[in-house]
Amino acid sequence: MTMTSPQVAAPTGEATPAGRTTRRTSRRASRRSWAGWWFIGPFMAVFALVFLAPIVYSIYLSVFRNQLIGGTAFVGLDNYARALGDAQFWSALGRVSLFLAVQVPVMLFIALVVALALDSGRLYGRSFFRISVFLPYAVPAVVATLMWGFMYGTRFGLVGNINQAFGLNLPSPLSSELVLASIGNIVTWEFIGYNMLIFYSALTVIPKSLYEAAEIDGAGQLRVITAIKLPAIRGAIVVASIFSVIGSFQLFNEPSILKSLSPNTISTYFTPNLYAFSLSFSGQQYNYSATVAIIMGLITMAIAYAVQVRGMRKER
Amino acid sequence: MIKTLTRRGLLQSSAVAAALALGFTACGGGGNAAPQQTVSSDAVEQALQKGGKLTVWAWDQSLKKVAEGFEAKYPNVDVNLVNAGTGNDQYTALQNAISAGSGVPDVAQIEYYALPQFALSKSLADLGQFGAADLDGTFTAGPWSSVRAQGGVYGLPMDSGPMALFYNKELFDKHGIAVPTTWDEFLEAGRALKKADPKAYIANDTGDAGFTTSMIWQAGGKPYQVDGTNVGVNFSDEGSTKFAETWQKLIDEDLLAPISSWSDEWYKGLGNGTIATLSTGAWMPGNLVSGVADGAGKWRVAPLPQWEKGATSSSENGGSSLAIPAASSQAALAYGFLKYSNVEEGVQTRIDGGAFPATSKDLASEKFQNTQFKYFGGQKANQIFAESAKNVPAGWSYLPFQVYANSIFNDTAGQAYVSGTKLKDGLTDWQKASVKYGTDQGFTVKE
Repeated sequence: MTMTSPQVAAPTGEATPAGRTTRRTSRRASRRSWAGWWFIGPFMAVFALVFLAPIVYSIYLSVFRNQLIGGTAFVGLDNYARALGDAQFWSALGRVSLFLAVQVPVMLFIALVVALALDSGRLYGRSFFRISVFLPYAVPAVVATLMWGFMYGTRFGLVGNINQAFGLNLPSPLSSELVLASIGNIVTWEFIGYNMLIFYSALTVIPKSLYEAAEIDGAGQLRVITAIKLPAIRGAIVVASIFSVIGSFQLFNEPSILKSLSPNTISTYFTPNLYAFSLSFSGQQYNYSATVAIIMGLITMAIAYAVQVRGMRKER
Repeated sequence: MIKTLTRRGLLQSSAVAAALALGFTACGGGGNAAPQQTVSSDAVEQALQKGGKLTVWAWDQSLKKVAEGFEAKYPNVDVNLVNAGTGNDQYTALQNAISAGSGVPDVAQIEYYALPQFALSKSLADLGQFGAADLDGTFTAGPWSSVRAQGGVYGLPMDSGPMALFYNKELFDKHGIAVPTTWDEFLEAGRALKKADPKAYIANDTGDAGFTTSMIWQAGGKPYQVDGTNVGVNFSDEGSTKFAETWQKLIDEDLLAPISSWSDEWYKGLGNGTIATLSTGAWMPGNLVSGVADGAGKWRVAPLPQWEKGATSSSENGGSSLAIPAASSQAALAYGFLKYSNVEEGVQTRIDGGAFPATSKDLASEKFQNTQFKYFGGQKANQIFAESAKNVPAGWSYLPFQVYANSIFNDTAGQAYVSGTKLKDGLTDWQKASVKYGTDQGFTVKE
């Protein structure tokens, strides 16, 4: 790979661009690269096994079609064409996009506020506060969803109890209109602590001298935040955003578990992942499911990349 | 009496499944001939004595005692009974494990409606290799025909599910409401109950594919036609329309509790008087005893309400077999468990636990017919169930891809329960989605 830039790359071959010397150089380079392979070999083996192989296998699956009657046949890009025209797939994508647009900013904003509060040094019982905000992240998503699902119950759950105690008639959090927001609430609860920790650790490495300088210049807390803290942790914010984008597109656990409580408001194509899951495990359409997964992977990568590019450009 | 119970539809679809599953003779070893016993009973007995760890996926509560008895009889066998979910949830998990090729149980509970699909995908072992074909006559005609298919036996019947109306007598008595004998009376009772107690519902329903098809079955509907690879799906026949119209009223007037069956809320609701009735299969008592302890003594059983006054039509709901996934490495040992549970001592254990057996001998026995259910205040409920089993309309078929069809019921027909969609239109949507899937899978489907 270093060969693309001859000036830097080839200390022995710089004078003679052609002929025997080059061949010798490349032979020597290849001998050298073998030594490198010994070092990265173990990593590459694991990487190929757990990362490349599944992707290659998915792509392989996606160009076939297996029918209960008729068996397996090569269909080229038919599955991709079908997915691009699949209203259920697009509605699932639309739903997670809406989720992304609303839930991620809310969650990251709250996490940021909590991190800034912790970092301000004015908080009493800081480590207790920090651990208790982080605690939900330690609860497995399945358990958290079951717990929230129980609280959302309008008959015997917390919502039901509130209705009873105050004579209210709160709408069911699992109704068609509210179910996405209710899932957003669970995810926010789960991941605020995690994002807070990313922001907080970025905040703690800002040199104290900057704050002292700001104080001498007479800057207030708000000015310190906007002029020093936020620019300094921009990288962390970009990273947290990318994680959240990926997490949103991969939304699965929460709707999948709540579905048993509310089968009609959470469809089998509620999120792209749930759709892929239903296709393969209820419908045995593994090939089409693989196609949906690949397209989703590409879309997720594209958006995560866009977020990164945009975030980093601002930094410059 | 049970012998008249015909499940021709299932026989047909199972036969189709076997006919289609070309090459599904790997286990039988007998080519296309009738099932050949290739593993002797001695070999099964040896496997039982030698022992091992047997993983059983089942949600039926009565199997726990069966497993205990089995372990006592064969001390070297360790049964690991896993509840991997009820119905579709379990099938999803099972499908998952089968495709992954690991974590496949040795024994799985599979309802009759789902057997054709699993047989079609070559996921189950043919029990003919253990001589299961010789069990002909051991089980009642309906369940036996459901597990049999041309050239093979895919499971051993565990129970059957002739339907009946389970009702909370205490609640009905308290409000002076008569137990409904027709679905119109059921609707009236629902209105009266709601008036008397706004928190009580005549039944719970959030849209359940199995229940819906059973109700249409009782009403004389035949939405599914299966003939070879030709499949018909049509929810506009008279039976389906009858159900859709009556149920639409129950939905519109908010008479059905929006509680999903088998949820925690459901168990609670059955015990505390929130849910007044349960129209379901005869396998239910065991679940009530173990899951709804609060209801003991309050509940009774009555014949299923009728679509026409004076009629005696019934239906089947659920009913399961135990099957051995083809991927199990301990098929002989697993078959030993199947036989113990569904033919030998286990049957009585399950009857004692409130299950409704599929073995002719036990159903016909005086002891069974005269069993008093403590849970139902000493009622001889088996007589009602046995009568129901006699009156199931013939000619019903499930789809050879019913598991998938049921999994998308709530995407389509279920919308009637939460939105302005009419149940009739929801059923049409379900029909369209089922047709689309069937066509994708290579069936010739007509609406």
